[in-house]
Amino acid sequence: MAERHPSPGAAAPPLFGLVLAGGRSTRMGRDKAALTYGDGTPQLERAMQLLAPHVARAFVSVRSEQADDPVRARFAQIRDTRENIGPIAGLLAAQAQHPDVAWLVLAVDLPLLDEATLAQLLKARAPARTATAYRSSHDGEPEPLCAIYEPASREPLAAYVGAGRQCPRRFLAESDALLLDEPNPRALDNVNTPQEYGSVMSLMDRKSSGEPKRQPSSEAKRLTVQYYALLREQAGRREEALVSGARTPRELYAELARRYPFSLGPEVLRVAINAEFGDWSTPLADGDAVVFIPPVAGG
Amino acid sequence: MFRFTRTAIEPETLRQELADPACGGYASFEGWVRDSNDGQRVRRLEYEAFEALAVREGERIVGEAIARFRLAHAACVHRVGDLGVGELAVWVGVSAPHRAEAFEACRYIIDEVKHRLPIWKKEHYLGGDSGWVNCERCAAPATRETEPSASHAHGHAHRHGR
Repeated sequence: MAERHPSPGAAAPPLFGLVLAGGRSTRMGRDKAALTYGDGTPQLERAMQLLAPHVARAFVSVRSEQADDPVRARFAQIRDTRENIGPIAGLLAAQAQHPDVAWLVLAVDLPLLDEATLAQLLKARAPARTATAYRSSHDGEPEPLCAIYEPASREPLAAYVGAGRQCPRRFLAESDALLLDEPNPRALDNVNTPQEYGSVMSLMDRKSSGEPKRQPSSEAKRLTVQYYALLREQAGRREEALVSGARTPRELYAELARRYPFSLGPEVLRVAINAEFGDWSTPLADGDAVVFIPPVAGG
Repeated sequence: MFRFTRTAIEPETLRQELADPACGGYASFEGWVRDSNDGQRVRRLEYEAFEALAVREGERIVGEAIARFRLAHAACVHRVGDLGVGELAVWVGVSAPHRAEAFEACRYIIDEVKHRLPIWKKEHYLGGDSGWVNCERCAAPATRETEPSASHAHGHAHRHGR
């Protein structure tokens, strides 16, 4: 149900929620909406769960070809009507469908977004402004993808896009949006690449040291590593068995990179453990078979 | 069905396995070895795959296409080993009740195969040089972005300044 945040005098317009999941995840190399952290909940589901208690209705923003994708299909959707203009397309389509409500917009790739950050945004909401948003702890610019857009933003936003512009940060920076300081400076870190994913995973590992059945351990373990393509040539072998104290594939790769003249950094590689895609921070276990996957070129 | 082969792909045989009286359309895509890439004359290619993972992921792609485009059948075969110019490197075939889905599904399968499967291609050039495609310039991660920047769409804009 709608949580009301009346301003003195007038009731604020109702608040709807929109999770932006229409991206192509090009740099990640796989769908960010389906990505999981720790407890195995896909990012999209987590974002919808965070949003739902605060809004009257919650939607996921998709491109039309994503509509039947299983991760997205279980939620109410709003389809983009414009292509190749970035995340602003999702908000445009939402405002076109429901012009008289305010939109709480969240990007799907904010794994560190916490309840406190969301609560503070809602509490500070200024319905008389164009929008309410955070100021980035990284560069002081507005963070457009965890923000509340009031109905008054609809026409200026349409005009902005109509003028050929598409950067939502600039839109907010040039508007009278209320900008808040982030209570948690990493809450709005977004995750676009396998490297950023790995760094957030290891941050979570350190924080939660909780239930996951695989625990990182620096005890010596027997591992096999298979090498393909450029890495095979640079290692001078197809496969090796080794005993290593590496706790994660990231540590294992760093160890191997000291031994072989690898020209590829982890940011361009992916990891497989026991012939399934894995993560750089997955704890390694005795007997694991690890493959580092160089940039692919099939077809 | 997804599999690898070390010998020449035979589309005619593969096509017959997709025949179905409920289908009004069949579409296929063949990827061939071209004689040039990025301004260099290519003499031959070497394909290598992490087959255990690629077959699993390839089966997932074919399954996704069948569900998404309501296909009757779909298959993909990828060559590994040494290939000469003009040879067939990858074959995709689908059958469906209607043609539109058949065309779209072929495109989906080949695009996903190129992006997701652990398969690598080494080009041997006329001058004697050789190189692993997409790997040799990877020191700068930005060179991996193969799509024009506008099409990364979502996820791009809020990274300014990071």
